[in-house]
Amino acid sequence: MTQPASAPTVSTAGPSEPLLQVEDLRTHFETPRGIVRAVDGVSFTLARGKTLGVVGESGSGKTVLSRSIMGLLPKRGTIREGSVRFDGTEITELSPKEMRDFWGARMSMIFQDPMTSLNPVMKIGKQITESIRQHLDVDKKYANELGENLLRSVRIPEPEQRLKEYPHQLSGGMRQRVCIAVALACGPALLFADEPTTALDVTVQAQVLDLMATQQRERFMAIVLITHDLGVVAGRADEIAVMYAGRIVEKAPTSVLFSDMKMPYTEALLSSIPKIEHPSHTRLNTIPGRPPNLVTPPQGCKFAPRCTYVQPRCLEEDPPLMPGTQPGHEYRCWFPVGTPEGAEALARNRADQAVTGGAA
Amino acid sequence: MAGSGTAHLRGDGDSLLRVEHLLVEFPVGRSGLKVNAVTDVSFDILEGETLGIVGESGCGKSTTGRAVMQLPPPKGGRVVYDGVELTSLKGEDLRAMRPRLQMIFQDPISSLNPRRKVKDIVREGLDIWNIGDKDSRDAKVLEVLEAVGIDPANVERRPHEFSGGQCQRISIARAVVTDPKLIICDEPVSALDVSVQAQILNLLEDMKARYGLTLVFIAHDLAVVKNVSDRVMVMYLGKVCEVAGPDTLYSQPAHPYSAALLAAIPVPDPGTRPDAQQVLGGEIPSPMEPPSGCRFRTRCPRAQPQCGQEEPELREVAPGQYVACHFPLEPGEALTFGGPPSVSI
Amino acid sequence: MPAPPPDDIPIPGPEGQRDLDRYAEDSLDSGLAVAQTQLYVSAVEVGGEGRRRGKGLGLGAWLAIGWLTFIVAVSVLAQLGILPLKSPTESFSECARLGPFAKEGTAPGHLLGCDSNGRDMIARMAYGGWSSLVVATGAVLFGLVFGGILGLLAGFFGGKIDAVITSVFNVFLAIPAVVLALALVAFLQGAASSGSGGDNVDPKLLLILAIGIVSVPLLGRITRASALTWSQREFVLAARAQGAKPMRIMVREVLPNVVPAMMSIALLAIAIAIVAEGTLSILGVGVRPPTPSWGNIIGLDRGRIKESPHIVFLPAILIFFTVLSLNFLGDVVRAKLDVRESAV
Repeated sequence: MTQPASAPTVSTAGPSEPLLQVEDLRTHFETPRGIVRAVDGVSFTLARGKTLGVVGESGSGKTVLSRSIMGLLPKRGTIREGSVRFDGTEITELSPKEMRDFWGARMSMIFQDPMTSLNPVMKIGKQITESIRQHLDVDKKYANELGENLLRSVRIPEPEQRLKEYPHQLSGGMRQRVCIAVALACGPALLFADEPTTALDVTVQAQVLDLMATQQRERFMAIVLITHDLGVVAGRADEIAVMYAGRIVEKAPTSVLFSDMKMPYTEALLSSIPKIEHPSHTRLNTIPGRPPNLVTPPQGCKFAPRCTYVQPRCLEEDPPLMPGTQPGHEYRCWFPVGTPEGAEALARNRADQAVTGGAA
Repeated sequence: MAGSGTAHLRGDGDSLLRVEHLLVEFPVGRSGLKVNAVTDVSFDILEGETLGIVGESGCGKSTTGRAVMQLPPPKGGRVVYDGVELTSLKGEDLRAMRPRLQMIFQDPISSLNPRRKVKDIVREGLDIWNIGDKDSRDAKVLEVLEAVGIDPANVERRPHEFSGGQCQRISIARAVVTDPKLIICDEPVSALDVSVQAQILNLLEDMKARYGLTLVFIAHDLAVVKNVSDRVMVMYLGKVCEVAGPDTLYSQPAHPYSAALLAAIPVPDPGTRPDAQQVLGGEIPSPMEPPSGCRFRTRCPRAQPQCGQEEPELREVAPGQYVACHFPLEPGEALTFGGPPSVSI
Repeated sequence: MPAPPPDDIPIPGPEGQRDLDRYAEDSLDSGLAVAQTQLYVSAVEVGGEGRRRGKGLGLGAWLAIGWLTFIVAVSVLAQLGILPLKSPTESFSECARLGPFAKEGTAPGHLLGCDSNGRDMIARMAYGGWSSLVVATGAVLFGLVFGGILGLLAGFFGGKIDAVITSVFNVFLAIPAVVLALALVAFLQGAASSGSGGDNVDPKLLLILAIGIVSVPLLGRITRASALTWSQREFVLAARAQGAKPMRIMVREVLPNVVPAMMSIALLAIAIAIVAEGTLSILGVGVRPPTPSWGNIIGLDRGRIKESPHIVFLPAILIFFTVLSLNFLGDVVRAKLDVRESAV
């Protein structure tokens, strides 16, 4: 099988420099209601070939984050600050015209809904070869061959036939495979996958996630996997960043996050998911309240109003990202889970609740 | 008959809802072809029970729910609810039954009229049937809204002023206002965030206890279905694969499809590497031309020639566990996926 | 037992966030967005529009409202005889055909000149505005009522009812509108004179009926499309599941959602009807002289466009600005309504 040619990447970065380095990225939207702080100071680095899982609920800013890094947000009404270094180049200052050399060729994106992200009136073949021909100097025939190989590599049966078909002739899972093929066409070094399997059935979801993992290994590609499903990232990501109210509230290598989570939000999120191994009618833990208003977020810790560990200090002082005991672990909490301070805070709140509950 | 049979039905008199040989087909244009959405599906629910119906898209689970509601009436089969055969009713008689069984939908936004106030939306059922006087209706509306956790101060608002989770609470309030015994929940939490999903699932349990409800809970998320159900029915391509109690089904699935579904769930535990998981290959075949014999055979790693010729009937393989398969998994046996999954079209 | 989770204080924040997310998604998800500047541009535009919708009406809309208020007020007040206008039918033969800026002999008191019969242009246009607006509004109301009912029935019930109504609409739409209107006027005139035995039927009524009938399939099709979409929403299914009768569902659930679409299209339809009345008048079957309408002022003196251009151009300017305002307002109304739907 022929490997599709990779893009002519001219790396200016040293081998030690990470592929993607995001520093204090802020993305605010001007709206009639005020400034929405959709992304509010996010920093992380991502090495080649690695997967970062970004987990958050709707409104946590995870989708805006990925678009902001790629420079895909409308200029008008958007305030973007901070630094994004991709492969040694600072890309926040680049114009859309300059960014076009990156989009598709060196970083690309797949979306939740494979139907809307494909052009319904364009044949699959055209949609794949378009990007190849734009970025690579190849003739039409060769581009078609590449396209066919791509479809084969994402395990689409009868690829030469599929090239002549339209998106509606394929099933949801096949369409998402085509989207992946399109995104991989020019051999990007970085792939953003924004809820890539949310619209798919479980068995198809597993197929698509496996496919992404295989392609990642073959291409040594970095992936930012954005999802609301902790189950999806648990097995697939090397590192996980949990987002809340436009910020990363906890970040850790996957195994560390699950074995030693420090942020009460992460704990609450995980415990609100129904588990297969629990018996039926197990009462689920819920996170009371709603995510904060991003126009006028609360003072102090943004999660404090919903937190079971909350103490007076949390309502006043905003916790910074603090390093955990294990390398690469960071969290924003004054009374972390699994520490004496945290246990004490929780015990105090439980006692208070028992008192007020008993009085009521 | 594949995935059909009525062995799993319990005594005729005990069940609140009894569905026999349900058949739903949709014509495809003028081509003469038809979509076999639901073919010969039978099930029953005892009063106070929650039946979970689980399956992937296109398995006919939502169609089954709507056919029970007679929206539209099914093409064949019997639906007996609370001693009344709904499938034999027409016009006014059927309409009179409607407030007694209700439905909750997947999309909390689409299921509320954007131009009506919340209190009017919830009160509609009482207004249609002229239940009580104005004051008692208002009192009932406030009572159910309070029960689902909507602040009575907000009843003058319209749906777009509420979040998705709150809209789903309003939908639940609307469904219980006419005091139905049975509520069909069609993917009620799949459009919600996990934290909100937990709130709604807990709320459904509370409502069940408070109003003595019986639920049909349709979902594609197996963990969610397990959480709420007393009995689970797995469907595939318009047929029943397996019916069992949730603990049995999830610990010891007998149908290869049930086992494959369980194997595909991503587990929020990094210890379980998905590479070790095995994945069911292929995709669901077209419901216009379903495979002969057992409809799952085209993707089944255990398929034998017999499966293409003969449709398996539901039979009891363990107490309370019914499976429609010629070669069900023995207790303790794990499903092995033979060879690379063949990708069908 | 803790109280139900207080997740229920509606805060605008997350919703705003959701909208932002949504429009970014809508515009960016389509296609190989990633590599296409085109889409970037459209995202910027969508973003811009999203913001414009959020704010007040904007200057253009206020100008349009101002103009329409002025036109309606002048027409109504003139008709009521409150305005100090000359008679629209009285001839001042000495100043016939003289325009407002004629170098010599502009008759004192005729600010905008006179028509070919020496009738005061201001009075003609003010009284003519009444005829034009009555005919246009009446016709559109007729079209809205009948087109709306038919469209609602077709969209809500579907099936055979839809097939019959839609094919009737299609037959009417296949006939050129002007030809159809001419035929209808002739037919209605015949029917009126044979029925009442006289000529005493107001020609405005005939025009309202003729233009109204022509507009029924146009408005009906738009109503049908909107009703069809809304009828498939789950709240309609929910109402049916509660046992609501079809009429109740149609009136309470579907109609309130269809009305806004009909309103915005009605504004555009009035604009079209004003032009249609003008066209019919120019063809000689409009409002009958000496009663003025904007259309027949132009129609009567269209031959003199070279020597006395003001007679043709002044009412044309009125029509132009009125139609422009209505169109503009129709767009604004639609944009406003879109926001209400998407905020849902």
